[in-house]
Amino acid sequence: MDFALFSLNNAWLIPLLPFMAFVLIAFVFKNMEKTASTTAILFSGTSFLIALGVVTAVLQRPELIENPFVKEVRWFSMPGLHITMGQLIDPVAAMMLFVVSLVATLVMIYSTGYMHGDPGYTRFFAYLCLFATSMLGLVIATNLLQMFIFWELVGLCSYLLIGYYYFKDSAREAAKKAFMTTRIGDFGLLLGIMFLQLNFGTLEFTELADKLPAFAVAHPALVTLMGILVFIGPIGKSGQFPLHVWLPDAMEGPTPVSALIHAATMVVAGVYLVARAFTLFEVSPEAMHVIAYIGGFTAFFAASIALTQREMKRILAYSTVSQLGYMMMALGVGSLTASMFHLMTHAFFKALMFLAAGSVLHALHGTTDIFEMGGLKKKMPYTTAFMCIGLVAIAGVPPFAGFWSKDEILLMTKLHGFTDLYYLASLTAFMTAFYMSRMVFTAFFGKENPHNHPHESPWSMLFPMSVLAVLACVGGLVGTPWTEHGFGYWVRYGELHHPEVDWTVMGGSVLLGLAGMSLAWIIYGAKLIDANKLARRAGFLHTLSYRKFFIDEIYQWINKVIVDGTGRFLYWIDIHVVDGFIDGLADGTDWSGKMLRRVQTGQVQVYALIFFAAVVFIAVIMGLMGESSAMALIGGGK
Amino acid sequence: MTIGLTHFLLLGTALFCLGLYGLLSKRNAIAILMGIELMLNAVNINLIAFNKYVAAGSYTGQVFSVFVIVVAAAEVAVGLALVLAIYKDRLSTNVDDLDWLKW
Amino acid sequence: MNDFIFAAAFYGLAGMTILSAAGVVFLKDIVHSALMLALSFIGVAGLYVLLNADFLAAVQILVYGGAVAILIAFGVMLTRRRNMKESNPNNRWVIYASFVSAAFFAICGWALMGTDFKPVGQQVNPEAAVEGLASLLLGDYVVAFESAAVLLLVALVGAIILAKGAKEA
Repeated sequence: MDFALFSLNNAWLIPLLPFMAFVLIAFVFKNMEKTASTTAILFSGTSFLIALGVVTAVLQRPELIENPFVKEVRWFSMPGLHITMGQLIDPVAAMMLFVVSLVATLVMIYSTGYMHGDPGYTRFFAYLCLFATSMLGLVIATNLLQMFIFWELVGLCSYLLIGYYYFKDSAREAAKKAFMTTRIGDFGLLLGIMFLQLNFGTLEFTELADKLPAFAVAHPALVTLMGILVFIGPIGKSGQFPLHVWLPDAMEGPTPVSALIHAATMVVAGVYLVARAFTLFEVSPEAMHVIAYIGGFTAFFAASIALTQREMKRILAYSTVSQLGYMMMALGVGSLTASMFHLMTHAFFKALMFLAAGSVLHALHGTTDIFEMGGLKKKMPYTTAFMCIGLVAIAGVPPFAGFWSKDEILLMTKLHGFTDLYYLASLTAFMTAFYMSRMVFTAFFGKENPHNHPHESPWSMLFPMSVLAVLACVGGLVGTPWTEHGFGYWVRYGELHHPEVDWTVMGGSVLLGLAGMSLAWIIYGAKLIDANKLARRAGFLHTLSYRKFFIDEIYQWINKVIVDGTGRFLYWIDIHVVDGFIDGLADGTDWSGKMLRRVQTGQVQVYALIFFAAVVFIAVIMGLMGESSAMALIGGGK
Repeated sequence: MTIGLTHFLLLGTALFCLGLYGLLSKRNAIAILMGIELMLNAVNINLIAFNKYVAAGSYTGQVFSVFVIVVAAAEVAVGLALVLAIYKDRLSTNVDDLDWLKW
Repeated sequence: MNDFIFAAAFYGLAGMTILSAAGVVFLKDIVHSALMLALSFIGVAGLYVLLNADFLAAVQILVYGGAVAILIAFGVMLTRRRNMKESNPNNRWVIYASFVSAAFFAICGWALMGTDFKPVGQQVNPEAAVEGLASLLLGDYVVAFESAAVLLLVALVGAIILAKGAKEA
C-alpha cells in the first residue's frame, strides 16, 4: 500500500503515537531511563515518518490547497451543537506536522544528552511526549473546539515543563506566570469561540469559511469583534504585546523545552490559529489592522529589549517574541504565505540557536550571563559553528533560511501598503542582526574567561543541532522568489500571485542585516567603541531597554493597586455583606427555633387542642372555598 | 316525625363533642379518660346507626363496634394503670404537671 | 314498631345520655362524674336496642356499665384527694376547649344535615343478629378477633405491671 496515502488517511496517528509513548513512560517505564527515552524517540520518530508521508501525499495533490482533506468522527451532539474530532489536512497543516514532529524528535534526541543524569529524566520525557501529542493534535484540529482543547493541553505542558525544576522558586513562579498570562488570552479566545458558535452554529473551519464572507457583509462590526476576541488567544500564546511577559520568564525551564516549546512550536500555535481561522480575519480589515500593528509593534518592542539583555536564553526569548511579532504582522498585512514561511524557517534556526545555547549552558554548568562567557569557540567549535549559522540565518544573510522568509514578510508589508510597518520591520531587522551578533561575539569570541572550563557536548546533542543547521542553511530555498511551485504555491490563502522580486527590499534587508552585524562587531568584537560608555550615553533609553520598559513593574503595580484593592474591597463585602447575610440567616433560624420551641409545651392536651382547632380551621376554609370543596366535605357518600 | 339516621348521628356528634370537651379541658387524668370513653361510645353509636340505616344487609358495623369496645376496655385498663403509676410517683393525677415531653 | 313509641324512646334515651354525658364533663366532683358516666353508658345501651343491636346493648351494659365504670371508680378512689368538691377542675384552656368543641359540633352537624345517606342492601332479620355476628367474627374477621384477644391479654398484663410498679417487679 502506498505509504503516503496511508499517512494522509491516518494522520490522526501522528498525535496518537506520542500519546502512547507518554502513557508507556508515565505508567510503565517510570524507573527505566534508557527505555523511556528510547520509547519517546522511537514513537515520535515514527510520527515524524508519517508526517513526512503526509507531506508527500499533499505535494501530490494540489487540490488540497483549496479543499482541505477532512476526516472526522462525531464526538458529541446536542440540539444546536455538534462537536466532531478529526483531522484536517492541507498544506499548512502538513508543513506544521512536519516541523513540529521533526523538532520534537530532534529535541528528544538532544535531551538524552542534555538531561543525562537528571533525577526527573523519565518525567521529562513523559512531558515532552504529552506536549508533542497536544501540539500535533492542535495542528490537525478540524474545528475550533478541538483546537481549543489541545491549545489548553499545550498550555498545560508548557506549565509543567517551565516548572520542571519545581524545587527552584523562580521556576515555580515562572510557570505560574506563564500559565496565568496565557490564560488571560485563552479567556478571550473562548469568548470568541462562543461568539462564533452562537452566530454560526458551527465551529468547523471549513463550514466557517463558507459562511463567513456573507455574514461579514451583513455584520462587519460583529465579525471584527469576534476576530479580535479570537486574536486575544494568540496574543497570550504567541507572546504578543502586552501579554509577552511570560515568555522570557519561561526560560526557567530546561533548554530543550525552550527550544521545542518556546521557540519552535507552542508559541507559534497562536500564529497557526490565526492562519487556520484566516477567513475570519480576512473579512474584517479592522481586525487585520489590529493584528498587523500589534505584530509589528511587538517585533520592534521585543527587539529593543533584547538589545541590552545579558542572559543568553533571555536574549533568545526576546528574539523569539520579536520574530513571532513578524509572523503576526505578516498575517495582519494579509500574507499567510510569508507568515507560515517565516514560522518554518524560524522553527529551524531558533530551535538551533536554543539548542546551541543549551549546549553552552550544559558545558558551563549554569553560567547564563554572556559577559561571563567569552572565547567559547576554542573549546566548543561545533557549537560555535551552529550558533553562527543560526546568527546568519536570523540576521537575514542570503542564502540562509531567515533571509528568504524575512524578505518575503518585508516585501508583503510593503506591497500591501503598510509603509510605516515596513520601515519599522526593517529597523527591527537591523536590531535583530545587532543583538544576535552581540550575543555571539561576546559569548563565543573574544577573550576566554579563565574561570570557565567548557567542553564540547556529546554527539547526541550535536546530531540534532547539525540536522537543524542544515535546514537553517537550505530551508529557505524552498521559498525563494525564483522557485517554481515552491512554498508560496502550496501554502497560501486565496489566489496564487507571484510578486516580482523587489530589489530595494531585498537589498535593503541584506544591507541592514550586515550593518547590524558590523556594528555589533565594532562594539563587541573589535571593541572599537566602549559598550559601557555607550550605555551611559544612552542613559534613560538603556535603562528602559534593560528593565524591559518596566512592563513587569507596571503589571506588579496594577496587581497591587487594582487587583489587590478590588480583592480587599470584595473581602470586606464578603465579611460584612455576604457573611452578614449568612450569619443573619443562621441567627434567624436560631431565634425562630427559640421562639417556636415554646409551642412545644409538653402538654398533650394542648396538642390535641391544636389538632382539633386545625381540623375546624381546614373545614371552615374548605366550606368557604366554594361549592365543590364544600361538597367534598359533606357529600362523601355521593 | 320519624326518627332517622340523622338523629342518631347528631346524637353521636353531640356525645363526641362533649367527650372532646372533657378531653381538652380537664386537669384530672381520670376525667380525661372518661371523656375518651364518651367519644368511643359516640363512635359506636355512629357505627351501629350506619349499620341499621345504610348498610342494613350485614352486621359489619356491629362487628366493628365489638372491636371498638374491646380496644376501649384495653385502653381504659392501661390508662388507669398509667394514672396509678404516675400518682404513686407524683401524688398527683393532674395532667398539667405531666410536661416531661417538653424541651 | 310504632313510630311514636320509637321517637319517644329515642328522645328519652338520647336526653338521658346527653344530660349524663354533660354531667360527666361539667360536674365538679369526680365521683359524680363517674356515676354520670355509668348512666350515660346505660343510655347508650338503650339506644343500641333501638338500633336493633340487642347483643351489643348487652355487651355495652356488661363491659361499659359494669367493668369500665367500676374500673374508673377504682381509679377515682385510688387517687382520691382531700377535697372531693373540687376534684374535677378545668384547666387553663377551658375557653378554647369549649370553643373548639362547639365549632367541631357545628361543622359536623352542618355536614350531617347536608348529606343525603342512601341505604344499600336488604334489611336482615334483627333476631338473627347474634348468629350473624358470630359467623362474621369467627369467619371473615377471625384474625382481627384473635388479635383483639391478644391485645386484651397484653393490656391486662401491662396494666398489672404498670399498676404494680416497675421497681418491685
